[in-house]
Amino acid sequence: MSAHTSPAIELRGASKTFRTPSGGLHTAVRGLDLTVGRGEFVAVVGPTGCGKSTTLTLVSGLEEPTEGEVLVAGEPVDGVGDKVGFVFQQDATFPWRTVLSNVMAGPRFRGVPKPEAKQQAREWLARVGLAAFEDRYPHQLSGGQRKRVALAATFVNDPEILLMDEPFSALDVQTRALMSDELLELWEGTGASVVFVTHDLEESIALADKVVVMTAGPATVKQIFDIDLPRPRKVESVRLEPRFIEIYREIWESLGEEVRITRERGAAHAA
Amino acid sequence: MPPEVLEPAVIDTAKAPDRAQTRAQAARRRKALVAVVRALLLVAVLGLWEGLARAKIIDPFNFSMPSKIWDQIWTWVTHGTALGSLGEQIWYTLYEALLGWVIGVIAGVLLGIALGRVRLLAEVLGPYIKVLNSIPRIVLAPIFLIWFGLGPTSKIASAVVLVFFPVFFNAFQGAREVDRNLVANARILGASDRRVTLQVVIPSATSWIFTSLHVSFGFALIGAIVGEYIGATKGIGLLVSQSQNTFNSAGVYAAMAILAVVALAAEGLLTFAERRIFRWKPAGSDN
Repeated sequence: MSAHTSPAIELRGASKTFRTPSGGLHTAVRGLDLTVGRGEFVAVVGPTGCGKSTTLTLVSGLEEPTEGEVLVAGEPVDGVGDKVGFVFQQDATFPWRTVLSNVMAGPRFRGVPKPEAKQQAREWLARVGLAAFEDRYPHQLSGGQRKRVALAATFVNDPEILLMDEPFSALDVQTRALMSDELLELWEGTGASVVFVTHDLEESIALADKVVVMTAGPATVKQIFDIDLPRPRKVESVRLEPRFIEIYREIWESLGEEVRITRERGAAHAA
Repeated sequence: MPPEVLEPAVIDTAKAPDRAQTRAQAARRRKALVAVVRALLLVAVLGLWEGLARAKIIDPFNFSMPSKIWDQIWTWVTHGTALGSLGEQIWYTLYEALLGWVIGVIAGVLLGIALGRVRLLAEVLGPYIKVLNSIPRIVLAPIFLIWFGLGPTSKIASAVVLVFFPVFFNAFQGAREVDRNLVANARILGASDRRVTLQVVIPSATSWIFTSLHVSFGFALIGAIVGEYIGATKGIGLLVSQSQNTFNSAGVYAAMAILAVVALAAEGLLTFAERRIFRWKPAGSDN
């Protein structure tokens, strides 16, 4: 059946228009065509505020497209499905739940019995190195540890599709590289398809199979680059390879222009 | 996040304990100082009151004096009041206030969360609630007395209407101000609408609700007392009105002092419960 042969994610001419508080209309995404294959790691880069995050909310089912179609595993998205995991930019751990209870939340919401949910949660906490912290509350953890909780809470649901919205942007540079490596390790065991939104080109090349460059808002796909760096990769070392630098230069030529456009618009607004 | 306290990596081992000790000593001394000055202030005010009343500079018939008030409390405690034992009066008032408070809080929280979550409900009921809220609710006490008679029911009703509104508005606001990220996260993780309400909206609204609980217990006491003052068979409010009718000003003040103690004890219990419930909150982030 088509469900097995169709790509993991397909956006066909998807547009999303929001009503702004002042009553105007803001088009975040326009005529977006994008296909993500099964098990593929796709990074989406673009200038700040161009509508990258909106793309993710469309795929997740949190928002509906104003125009066009969004398909997940060959079927149109209708509300939040059970195939999708989402790691948010901001902290989205439940502050009143302990670490263990946070990771158990997903399976419990989906009706897994408590002992089983607890066991699964413990496994994932061990995998992200937080086994000793299961009784803590989120406010007692560092930013990096909270992100690990968020990763465990997402992976425990075994999502076929993993959406990540600048998940590491709030972390310091070293923690960020560490978390990227951990993400790759976790992901390689699952076979999930990933859409990773970032404005950091280095991060996107180091992580992804495919880098999608978006235009300045309203966002649409400008160009797609295949990243032929071998896996498994280590983020800190792969960025020193000559091929990495070559790819970086190539993509930056495309991305830099959009960044310039965004900047000039910002300057025009300021003036 | 609170700023981290920076500890020097290398500690001068000879001096450090010394300094820590001096600091602890200074903190203790300061605490003692505050306690002593506080006690002196109380003694000064009471002493001034007593002195002025005894010297007839202020009329002791109207203003009474601390010693008389204390005698009055003591008489009530040892010989009981004209209405029965003092404990019974306190218990009566407390019972009315507590029951009114519980009913008002439950109704306020349920309706507040429901209106905060269901937009249609908020749009339909919003104006009515505003109108009801604009009525000075204390004038309802005589009406409740006519409806429900001299027994505790009329006092409970006054307490309920006083408690309901602050709790309702806080619960409503709390449900409205839930972090959208948390709701989105819960939905992605697989939570149904009901689960989102029970496990995300209500927990994050609790700090809003608790803020109103402190204020509203005071309101519940006011409701019960005013109800008793207007017409009752027992209770501290009745004690106040009886003392007033027999020109016993010491009795009025004594009843007030007893009320203050009761209110403070209730407040203490509430703070204790709050600490237990909000273990997940970082220390020092008061709401």
